[in-house]
Amino acid sequence: MPYLGSEDVVKELKKALCNPHIQADRLRYRNVIQRVIRYMTQGLDMSGVFMEMVKASATVDIVQKKLVYLYMCTYAPLKPDLALLAINTLCKDCSDPNPMVRGLALRSMCSLRMSKLDQWGQAEVLNFLLRYQPRSEEELFDILNLLDSFLKSGSPGVVMGATKLFLILAKKFPHVQTDVLVRVKGPLLAACSSESRELCFVALCHVRQILHSLPGHFSSHYKKFFCSYSEPHYIKLQKVEVLCELVNDENVQQVLEELRGYCTDVSADFAQAAIFAIGGIARTYTDQCVQILTELLGLRQEHITTVVVQTFRDLVWLCPQCTEAVCQALPGCEENIQDSEGKQALIWLLGVHGERIPNAPYVLEDFVENVKSETFPAVKMELLTALMRLFLSRPAECQDMLGRLLYYCIEEEKDMAVRDRGLFYYRLLLVGIDEVKRILCSPKSDPTLGLLEDPAERPVNSWASDFNTLVPVYGKSRWATISKCQGAERCGPELPKTPSFTASGPLIPEENKERVQELPDSGALMLVPNLQLTADYFEKTWLSLKVAHQQVLPWQGEFHPDTLQMALQVVNIQTIAMSRAGARPWKAYLSAQDDTGCLFLTELLLTSENSEMQISVKQNETRTETLNSFISVLETVIGTIEEIKS
Amino acid sequence: MISQFFILSSKGDPLIYKDFRGDSGGRDVAELFYRKLTGLPGDESPVVMHHEGRHFIHIRHSGLYLVVTTSENVSPFGLLELLSRLATLLGDYCGALGEGTISRNVAVVYELLDEVLDYGYVQTTSMEMLRNFIQTEAVVSKPFSLFDLSSVGLFGAETQQSKVAPSSAASRPILSSRSDQSQKNEVFLDVVERLSVLIASNGSLLKVDVQGEIRLKSFLPSGSEMRIGLTEEFCVGKSELRGYGPGIRVDEVSFHSSVNLDEFESHRIIRLQPPQGELTVMRYQLSDDLLSPLPFRLFPSVQWDRGSGRLQVYLKLRCDLPLKSLSQELSSPEQKAELAEGALRWDLPRVQGGSQLSGLFQMDVPRPPGPPSHGLSTSAPPLGLGPASLSFELPRHTCSGLQVRFLRLAFRPCGNANPHKWVRHLSHSDAYVIRI
Repeated sequence: MPYLGSEDVVKELKKALCNPHIQADRLRYRNVIQRVIRYMTQGLDMSGVFMEMVKASATVDIVQKKLVYLYMCTYAPLKPDLALLAINTLCKDCSDPNPMVRGLALRSMCSLRMSKLDQWGQAEVLNFLLRYQPRSEEELFDILNLLDSFLKSGSPGVVMGATKLFLILAKKFPHVQTDVLVRVKGPLLAACSSESRELCFVALCHVRQILHSLPGHFSSHYKKFFCSYSEPHYIKLQKVEVLCELVNDENVQQVLEELRGYCTDVSADFAQAAIFAIGGIARTYTDQCVQILTELLGLRQEHITTVVVQTFRDLVWLCPQCTEAVCQALPGCEENIQDSEGKQALIWLLGVHGERIPNAPYVLEDFVENVKSETFPAVKMELLTALMRLFLSRPAECQDMLGRLLYYCIEEEKDMAVRDRGLFYYRLLLVGIDEVKRILCSPKSDPTLGLLEDPAERPVNSWASDFNTLVPVYGKSRWATISKCQGAERCGPELPKTPSFTASGPLIPEENKERVQELPDSGALMLVPNLQLTADYFEKTWLSLKVAHQQVLPWQGEFHPDTLQMALQVVNIQTIAMSRAGARPWKAYLSAQDDTGCLFLTELLLTSENSEMQISVKQNETRTETLNSFISVLETVIGTIEEIKS
Repeated sequence: MISQFFILSSKGDPLIYKDFRGDSGGRDVAELFYRKLTGLPGDESPVVMHHEGRHFIHIRHSGLYLVVTTSENVSPFGLLELLSRLATLLGDYCGALGEGTISRNVAVVYELLDEVLDYGYVQTTSMEMLRNFIQTEAVVSKPFSLFDLSSVGLFGAETQQSKVAPSSAASRPILSSRSDQSQKNEVFLDVVERLSVLIASNGSLLKVDVQGEIRLKSFLPSGSEMRIGLTEEFCVGKSELRGYGPGIRVDEVSFHSSVNLDEFESHRIIRLQPPQGELTVMRYQLSDDLLSPLPFRLFPSVQWDRGSGRLQVYLKLRCDLPLKSLSQELSSPEQKAELAEGALRWDLPRVQGGSQLSGLFQMDVPRPPGPPSHGLSTSAPPLGLGPASLSFELPRHTCSGLQVRFLRLAFRPCGNANPHKWVRHLSHSDAYVIRI
């Protein structure tokens, strides 16, 4: 504690240190310096004599040197500019013949901590530290403890930089990662309600990223993501996405109520986004959402009705339990739908579920009447299929108009695709009604598709390296295209693309087909052809088994799922279910059985961020040698597909 | 790191352009940026945009676009922070940021950029460091006069008031070290709270969110120490208890890194040695548990005659503030109501604390197409009737109840009068929505 009188002491010591007589007498000089050190230890502010002490460091007396260096290390942070003067002496000492002097100088130089880093420097250092690989667990936790204070920094840049470093360093300790994400919740939420729209947007993107791994992470803070009417469109859209992702049993009521308010927003785009969002939540909370959507139809607004009907179509396919409610809501919708997408959805619903909608034939009849003025070919195609289907369930009411529609499509239609479809159905009808039924009466719903499309909870490690970069801000898919065209720019001219097989048809070139077919013979494995597993049985078996083998194969870009399915069929691997082309994450479920009755169940997984395909295989009997040959078959097929598309 | 930095006016005219690394394009990137921005589809965000290996990151500030380009996958948080820090610095040096100020002070801006960024890396953004290097004097359009203080507004905060009565006292530039020291012994301290509230149609409170800031703008010489005393009952977190009664509670507080908190625990005193210029001393937020009553309650009732298409909206507005306080005058001197862009707008010049106002609005709404017998009872409001939202500004009032008790300066001006201290409190609405 500095107390009164210390100024006099400093003055006196300063005089003594400057006194040439004392300087000449080694012992007296050392004594004065010792007094300085003593006062310093007692807590007196001795920084006033810094200049004189620096001068005292230039000496051959090693004791004096040690004392002076001790002093300098204590006061250097207070006098950074004066400490610079000492550097010269220290540098000179580093080349001293006496190893003790050299060591002393080095050690002192290392402990001279001068000006502290500002926030930009801190962010830079945190970024640089990402390259460091701790050698032991102890060291890792030492680093984490040292950096802990940065998580509390007032600068969002530093906090996020520290978070990223923590996530990456603790990649083997999921609980540490979760802990860090809990601590960064406050700063992220504060940024989400920041006055700066731009910061708010970036923070929202990162919130979504975290939600992919920890779905419940922000659930109790759902109110923070309610939109304000004055916010720009892009922030509202992000918030709606976040709301969809954090919905749970406790907050679903409040979130839906808020979303319903958005459905009548002045901006048609935003209203439609909100309706689609409710449609997404409907996969889990079906009844409440269908009720809200039905109410919206009562508004008789074109832009609302069309999106609601599209949502209904997707919902009926995934959640068949809501079919009844949807069918009751549909009558009257046709008056408020003008666009192609909405018409297609409505016509599809009328065709597939027409037996439950009393006025279905009459609505379709209106479409048939006006088919000449219909501008969208896709609507006409949908109309043909729907009417064929409805004809099967309600022939008396549909026969006449089906005839008229087929006549129009075959004789007057100018779009070839529509005309061909008409001709196809006409000829199919000639073959007989049983054949028509066999071809057109496909399943009316597929709840398993929901499982396929449901993005699995991704491990934190899959995106930790993207945290606090532009990737979450652009979104995975856009980032992929950006980095792809950047890559193409870089190596474009040097690597002329090999003439590729066009992706227009699911064709396997001859030579590849042969290669694929050779395979089953080469191994000891014989897969039985025409294995017919139902999706239900597959799901049950899949869930009951453990993963026997997992590996990743390199995989680049887009491909045609049909091609893969066909190739797999060639080697007697049956495809149970497959996501549509271009979907991310893309999944496929495969099954196969060998001649001893051993089942191989396989999952293929493509996530957008990785340029690789993950393969997980399960087996109902543990036999390593057949498993290995099965995997090599699979590898070859996938390798072949990979070659074809490049 | 950062390749280029430029400032565009709201119409897209380049005001400032600086290339730091010479690694990408030329001046036409500014034009390219504006073209991309205006041609962006509605559902894409303009914050970060990409063109041929170059990322554009920008903020909008006072109608200007501050843009950086980079070819690396940088930290978006860091860059946005840098951009808003630059905006503050430019404001400190040139006066209230705007197209005019920037074009009058091109030399200062370039000088500043030169010191802040070197080869695309941040050197320093601290005012004290920069003052040593900046030589150019800022050009101010109007000489500052103390008479303007009658209409002092808040610096920085984009509030309703700042659109009406732009302040000139707090927004003048920090003078350089060589100019006359006598006039600048002033310090402005603002406590600003943004309020966002959501009230359900049955009147129950669904969400309250208060974002508060204590901002300081100092014209005192750098390094002069000051102490800011806050309300002693100020509690942080749910569990802390101070003083008697309910106290003033916030959920989270963060401070600027230069703040000394030695006396905060015991006496709620913040100590700091602020550099010249603007600084956010403290940020705090508070959700859901607001101890004081909300400033306004709105009681809407709607009648709709489906047959004639007549819509009657009856709005009752109650101001629950203490009698003496007065809400700020907004854009119109007189009360008026108008219908535009599908919304009904009711402007009130001012509302007395404790008073109650009501308005009855009648509109003829065209009947929606289709059969009228659609089940709903005739008096029920149409479903598409959106929420009511209030925007207002409350001077001398903070919703959290936080007040600055005192602002004490250790600085002794040489022979001059005591420095002027201006402490202001203000709450304004961010989103104050009542569902109908």
